[in-house]
Amino acid sequence: MVLLAIRAGVFGQLARVSALLTLPIAISVVLVSVFTRAGTTVLFAIGPFDATAEGVDFAGQTLVRLFAISLSIGLFVLTTNPRAFVFDLERRGVSPRIAFVAVATIEAVPALVERAGVIGESQRARGLDTEGSVRARLRGVLPLVGPVIIGALTDVEERSLALESRAFSRPGRRHLLWAMPDRPWERWLRWALSCLLLAIALARITGRI
Amino acid sequence: MLQLHRIGYRYAGYATPVLHDIDLSMADGEIIGVVGANESGKSTLSLVASGLAPGSIGGALTGQLSIDGIDMAGSPLHEFSTRVGIGFQNPATQLSGVTGSVFEEVALGPMNLGLTGREIVDRTNRAMAVLGIENLAEREPRRLSGGQAQLVVIASLLAMRPAHLVLDEPTAQLDPEGTRLVGEALRGLAATGTALLIAEHKTDLLDGLCSRIVVLDGGRIVADGAASDVLADPRLVDWGVEPPSRIRLGRAANARGLDAALIDGAIGS
Repeated sequence: MVLLAIRAGVFGQLARVSALLTLPIAISVVLVSVFTRAGTTVLFAIGPFDATAEGVDFAGQTLVRLFAISLSIGLFVLTTNPRAFVFDLERRGVSPRIAFVAVATIEAVPALVERAGVIGESQRARGLDTEGSVRARLRGVLPLVGPVIIGALTDVEERSLALESRAFSRPGRRHLLWAMPDRPWERWLRWALSCLLLAIALARITGRI
Repeated sequence: MLQLHRIGYRYAGYATPVLHDIDLSMADGEIIGVVGANESGKSTLSLVASGLAPGSIGGALTGQLSIDGIDMAGSPLHEFSTRVGIGFQNPATQLSGVTGSVFEEVALGPMNLGLTGREIVDRTNRAMAVLGIENLAEREPRRLSGGQAQLVVIASLLAMRPAHLVLDEPTAQLDPEGTRLVGEALRGLAATGTALLIAEHKTDLLDGLCSRIVVLDGGRIVADGAASDVLADPRLVDWGVEPPSRIRLGRAANARGLDAALIDGAIGS
């Protein structure tokens, strides 16, 4: 995965994204595993809690899995055009409604961030304190979240009406103009990786690895 | 022809109807302006004429809506989409949000219709050509100005090839330049034979564009006639509608003993 990320030129971004995704869970996993997992080898103690070697071993394994998951998700997000991905899924038979919801959800994020920025600016212009202490920031969340969510819901209603007027609810398949290039070696690679995944899963289930 | 016969409409969850006894027919190629104060029922009339009320938003409809002699009661929404297109005031919420270029955005409707690739491309190119926005084809829809985005929205509706187009305050969020762009586009569009129903506060836009004006007040039609007559009706202000600047200037000139025809001529030139 790291090699793929370097090849795609996104290694730095991937490292940051994975760390951000994993860090909050990793901290709690380490604390819970190291200090509460029963074991015979006590490394050190903090009050009534013993840090055991078995706990450290378990925390290490869990962290590796967490990083593997976050790296794969991060690599996928950073190297795949979401619109291209979902339209390709639709070409392969996924319902247009599901495809639309998926793309709209992904595409809505930057729009929501932009809207939140505008609302934040206007709230600050009216004297809302959104900087400074944690308490002040928390107090500033509600006046931001409310308009962002309500505004987004209103937009969704109007957008759904606009889509209806463009035959979005028409039953049957729609004609997609665009096709994602899919070279023979890419198809072979997908099959090979699927077979490898199946083999690893089987080996794991039967206890060979 | 689109016909509304004795139409009444009540929103879901509300006891009072918003529209009462609306009789309106829209001939092919006709341009009708709908004016009225806020809450007079302009937007609701637009939703009813396009089948979205009650088709999509629910509520109770009485009377009959027919298109080309066919009663549209109970027709699925996609049946409406090729007969009546509707555009709202905020272009940002009418863009699908899932396309990467203006061309894709305009092509979205024809794609939904399951047309062939050739037909989709043809319709898309023609719709953009009618509005003169071919130069925007590769642009990202989210990065357009308000006026440009509204033109893309109208092009998206045109690509569906509806015989009737309903526009609910298409220039409400646009600056004068955007309003001018949309006004010119609508004039071009009318020349292609598409019937237009335009609900608008800006009577200056409707003046000279519409052949007929309908005034709504409290959900009822209180005036319906030739644009020149209705826009000059002295009761317009009582109905919460500001007459076009041409009429107001003329009245001001008359009040000061000046020749209103001279001012009219000066505006026209």
